[in-house]
Amino acid sequence: MSLTETAATEPMIVDAEEARRARKKKIEGIARWVLPVVVMALTIFGWDRFVVWNEIPHYIMPGPGLVAKTLVQDWPILFDSLLVTLQITLLALLVAVLGGVGLAVLFTQSRWIEMSFYPYAVILQVTPVVSIAPLIFIYVDSRIAGLLICAWIVAFFPVLANTTLGLNSADHNLRDLFRIYGATRWQRLRYLQLPSALPYFLGGLRIAGGLSLIGAVVAEYVAGTGGIGSGLAFRILEAGYRLNIPRMFAALFLIAATGVVIFACLSFLSHMLLRKWHESALKRET
Amino acid sequence: MSVEHRVTLPMGERPLLLEMDQVGKTFTGDVVALRGMSLKVNEGDFISLLGPSGCGKSTALRLISDLMLPTQGKIRWSGDHASGDLGVVFQEPTLMPWATVAQNVWLPFRLQGKSYNSVKDQVLEALKLVGLEKFLDSYPRELSGGMKMRVSIARALVTNPRLILMDEPFAALDEITRFKLNNDLLELKAQIGCTVIFVTHSVFESVFLSDRIVVMAARPGRVIQELTVEQPYPRDDEFRTSAEYAAHCRATSDALHKAMGDAA
Repeated sequence: MSLTETAATEPMIVDAEEARRARKKKIEGIARWVLPVVVMALTIFGWDRFVVWNEIPHYIMPGPGLVAKTLVQDWPILFDSLLVTLQITLLALLVAVLGGVGLAVLFTQSRWIEMSFYPYAVILQVTPVVSIAPLIFIYVDSRIAGLLICAWIVAFFPVLANTTLGLNSADHNLRDLFRIYGATRWQRLRYLQLPSALPYFLGGLRIAGGLSLIGAVVAEYVAGTGGIGSGLAFRILEAGYRLNIPRMFAALFLIAATGVVIFACLSFLSHMLLRKWHESALKRET
Repeated sequence: MSVEHRVTLPMGERPLLLEMDQVGKTFTGDVVALRGMSLKVNEGDFISLLGPSGCGKSTALRLISDLMLPTQGKIRWSGDHASGDLGVVFQEPTLMPWATVAQNVWLPFRLQGKSYNSVKDQVLEALKLVGLEKFLDSYPRELSGGMKMRVSIARALVTNPRLILMDEPFAALDEITRFKLNNDLLELKAQIGCTVIFVTHSVFESVFLSDRIVVMAARPGRVIQELTVEQPYPRDDEFRTSAEYAAHCRATSDALHKAMGDAA
């Protein structure tokens, strides 16, 4: 056979129309970064003016300047708490990934196991973690372990559900092909099902990242007790009791920032793993 | 070891490769997909299974490739039959989108536990046969529909199979690409002398490609007639416009009409 199809050559800018289009694309590229920054700056400015012009006392609503100052001043306390929350969040995410993927693989290997245990996965998912958490803290001595279990319960389901869906959605012709070539169960899993499941898993992972943070924070609200090894949620509660509203805002800011960073990291990971082949990561010339 | 170039003997002297003896398939609910199909496949044959949808062509392929068990009759291979003796090309290219062209063609060997380096030469040669040796590291999404199909064909023939099954492989392609791939497939056939069973619903494609045409009818799926096209390979575009070609198309078309008439 000889080759007739040739690879597309690089497009060249030839006329005014194309130059205009290229310019538009460039402006869009800049706007993508500038717009959110400007809107964010305006929001903060509006918040500041709102507080100043209405003379709102700082124990009701602090201005952005005061929150920033508190963030710097209370950094030693807040940073320690951030580390605790982060530690629980990341550990919970790790366990959710291991547990979710492990269970999903187990489920696709055996219909019996899936039928037996899937209901528990659903029950764990639909029961609000705030209502299970007090029980967990009664049965589990270690506070960290309790928090971890709570965060895991919230985070593991999307990983399990998405990975199961992904493992089952391998192309049926490819499945046939694997059978024709006498692939073992392990080979089918390794070379066909796991790669097919990757985009689904990564989608679940992004959800799980946010949920594990929520789980970690909510569980700490329930756990309550403070002292050494307290996370950001406890700092918020404590600051609330003392009417230290600026610190509440500062802690809240740190939680939100953590969530954003986790999401960004997981999105980046997803992009890196899929960019070569998956539709979701492809850029199309328009 | 490399892709074997077999010599195709004249029809009538070819050794038996596979025999279907009164093979039938009935699904639950008494749906008869295929009834009493007998077919002798000889080494070097290019057989087309031609018929309307529902005539059991694809069922026949699934039975031969052991993806399904027949409910009646037997399928016998001459000699030992192992995985890798069969190459399959589906209607879709059916490539793994996460793997490069080379990795896709390596797959049959990979499933036999062979490392890429140990079979690199065969992978390269198979891709050379379909004219894609420059696209080793491309991903399927970077290729056109016709090129993907070529990769799929390379994968089917890389293990040097005794039989290649093709299930309407070019049906989804545009006519220009289909003609081109038909020509290239015949060139390939002339080069390596492979044995092919080709499922199609196009009279013209079946006449152009095959030396044996099995016309099938639907409801229940069954064989109506077998025709031979005794035109030596390689056939070229001239054959497409020749009187013989027209006569064969006419005969095949009549047989197909008879098959459709029977079913109606």
